[in-house]
Amino acid sequence: MRLTLRQRQIIWAYIFMSVALVFFVVIRWYPTILAFNVSFRDWNVFEGTGPWVGLENYQEIWQDAGKPRSSVTAAFSNTVRYVLFGVPSQLVLALAIALLLAQIRRLSAVFRVAYFAPYVTSAVAVAFVWNWLYQPETGLINQALDLVGLPQQPFTKSPAQALPSITAVAVWQNLGFAVIIFLAGIQQIPGHYYEAARIDGANAWQLFWRITLPLLNPIIVYLTVLGTISYLRLFALVQNMSPQGTGGPLKSTTTVVLEVYREGFSSYKMGYAGALTVLLFFLILLITIIQLRFFSRRVEY
Amino acid sequence: MKRSKLYVLIGTLLVAAMLLAACPAPAAPAAETASEPAAAEEAMADEVVEIEYWQYNFAARVNAMDQLIAQFEEANPNIKVVHNADIPYAEFRDKIAASVPAGVGPDVATLFYGWQSVWIDSGYLVPLPEDAFPPAMVAEEFSPMVQASFVEGTLYTLPTAVRALALFYNKDLMADAGLDPENPPSTLDELADQAVACTQRDDEGSLVVQGFVADPSAQDHHWFREVLVRQFGGVPYTDDYSEVLYNDEAGLQAWNYLLAFHTELATGDRDLFDGSTNAFVGGHVCFHVDGSFRLGTIANNNPDMNFGVTELPSHNGVKSTFGSYWTHGLTKKAAADQARFDAAVKFLQFITSADAGALWVDIVGELPAQLAAGSNPELLADEKLGAFAAGLEYSHATFFADESQQRQAIIDSFDMVVLTDEDPATALQIAADTDQEVLDDFWSSR
Repeated sequence: MRLTLRQRQIIWAYIFMSVALVFFVVIRWYPTILAFNVSFRDWNVFEGTGPWVGLENYQEIWQDAGKPRSSVTAAFSNTVRYVLFGVPSQLVLALAIALLLAQIRRLSAVFRVAYFAPYVTSAVAVAFVWNWLYQPETGLINQALDLVGLPQQPFTKSPAQALPSITAVAVWQNLGFAVIIFLAGIQQIPGHYYEAARIDGANAWQLFWRITLPLLNPIIVYLTVLGTISYLRLFALVQNMSPQGTGGPLKSTTTVVLEVYREGFSSYKMGYAGALTVLLFFLILLITIIQLRFFSRRVEY
Repeated sequence: MKRSKLYVLIGTLLVAAMLLAACPAPAAPAAETASEPAAAEEAMADEVVEIEYWQYNFAARVNAMDQLIAQFEEANPNIKVVHNADIPYAEFRDKIAASVPAGVGPDVATLFYGWQSVWIDSGYLVPLPEDAFPPAMVAEEFSPMVQASFVEGTLYTLPTAVRALALFYNKDLMADAGLDPENPPSTLDELADQAVACTQRDDEGSLVVQGFVADPSAQDHHWFREVLVRQFGGVPYTDDYSEVLYNDEAGLQAWNYLLAFHTELATGDRDLFDGSTNAFVGGHVCFHVDGSFRLGTIANNNPDMNFGVTELPSHNGVKSTFGSYWTHGLTKKAAADQARFDAAVKFLQFITSADAGALWVDIVGELPAQLAAGSNPELLADEKLGAFAAGLEYSHATFFADESQQRQAIIDSFDMVVLTDEDPATALQIAADTDQEVLDDFWSSR
């Protein structure tokens, strides 16, 4: 059989892609599917094999969630709060910064690097630096508060302030990525839309609401979905910023992934941890589907 | 169109999950099957038996163990010990856990005694053979706290060395406050008084020198359970550690004593300098409850600090201290092969001997677990180690079902009082309930 050039190109493309596919299947998909399997077993990692227990792990999570001061309940409600605080502030701040950056010509590269640097910095390093900034008495932020005569704040030491304090660091860290994506989106909007609108007498506010924002919709959806997923999976910052990495004080900062880690690697209850992972998987899936359905609409002019 | 793709994706995932669920969970250690023929060959050829020993990375411990292994290999030329101490402390348990399904890992492993129950429950540790480690010998020759290594009458692990808590005091800060550095507090009342006298604040009321910092996330949760509760006339748990008893009147007095350093007396704030330990090592705290292992930290980080160590303050004439230890156990990997198991037993006997304990105290600074080496007059007279050694005879080691969860129960209740103004008695009851739940969980599954 003789193949056309086009067909041969396609076959080669598949051959090259299959290398990456093998990697994904072995390193990503197989463990993911295994997590489903583990969640139905009473799997203690030392024992190697675990007896099949059906939905027992899920029942245990359900029972634990009903107890007073439950870690599971705290983990899920905190995780949702991280998303609710984190994603909107990240989007609004990033859009504002991107709009400003789009205006300037001089030094714009410097600013972009400055905003992007935290994104490529290790979360552990970021956590350590912010821990020092947040320190009572000796921390830079509290000293600054002192200087302007405001009362010192406990930040991560207080159950009320800890979660917002960690969210702020996560927003700071992820901001650069969102800014760059927004900037790319803004630069893609054809300049003649604005010119036409201006001739029709539109003011700056109208330009933003009627042209910039609608045309950025795909970008906003993309960043919302990615941002939501990243906040739902928050782990490293919490592990390194809460006292002894426990998600405290008083479980006020713990997340689902942190509980997965603690159950799996501190209590060695892999089945229970697996069940939590599966629940998180479906939570992410559900939220992502909802977001994609309701927020994506095509805007064309 | 989009939606149908999604259904296909979910469907595929579910089908795949079912398929995988239907097949047996991946078989554990390949080593079990692979090692048997290998061991048989070894025995036939009369070759060297190789066993693996794991501990976490801590320079002094690695050095001491290297010397012990060299001695052991010289006396037993047919046994080779592979020493793996490359794992940082924070990852030690994770690595052990990951090594099991991979079929690799140690034959002899060092673990904190508080982890024993979890490791035993999961079948990772096997009982020590009674002929090599008779229970009567352990009861007679080892520090009483080592009884915590017996689970329902079966001995699972044995340590080289043990540690106890004592009171560290900063002599310079005491002198600055007009206290006599040669007369550190010897009772709980003196500790409270001197801590208040030693505390200094600046004009704005910020703490400059902290007298005593109550910090349950450091050693104070141990101090509360095994020392303060007993000194106020209570007992923390039933003798078999199956039931919490510290939620009574004596326990509440002990609890209030600990809380007072943070609330009424306000002699310190654990949030400054990242906890009481760092604050003491940095030279900002007068009195601090800690273990002998902290001597090394101070020597490394603040060698010029002028400090002393004395026995924990007594109360109502009761002396007590919390003892703890890193202990060695034999794993199911060793038990899978008779030749290796025999070699591992020999090695364990060697590293838990009185001689090994004597070498250990010189290099690591932990006290020998064998009473013969621990009651050495030279050790008791040591300016720093003497206070810890003196505590060994009245020390108690808590039997933990899950150390991290039981510790967290005390920390959370402390936080409830100092951060959310919870009533101390209510908070203590919550700690007891949480602790009891962990214990029930453990004992009911046995």
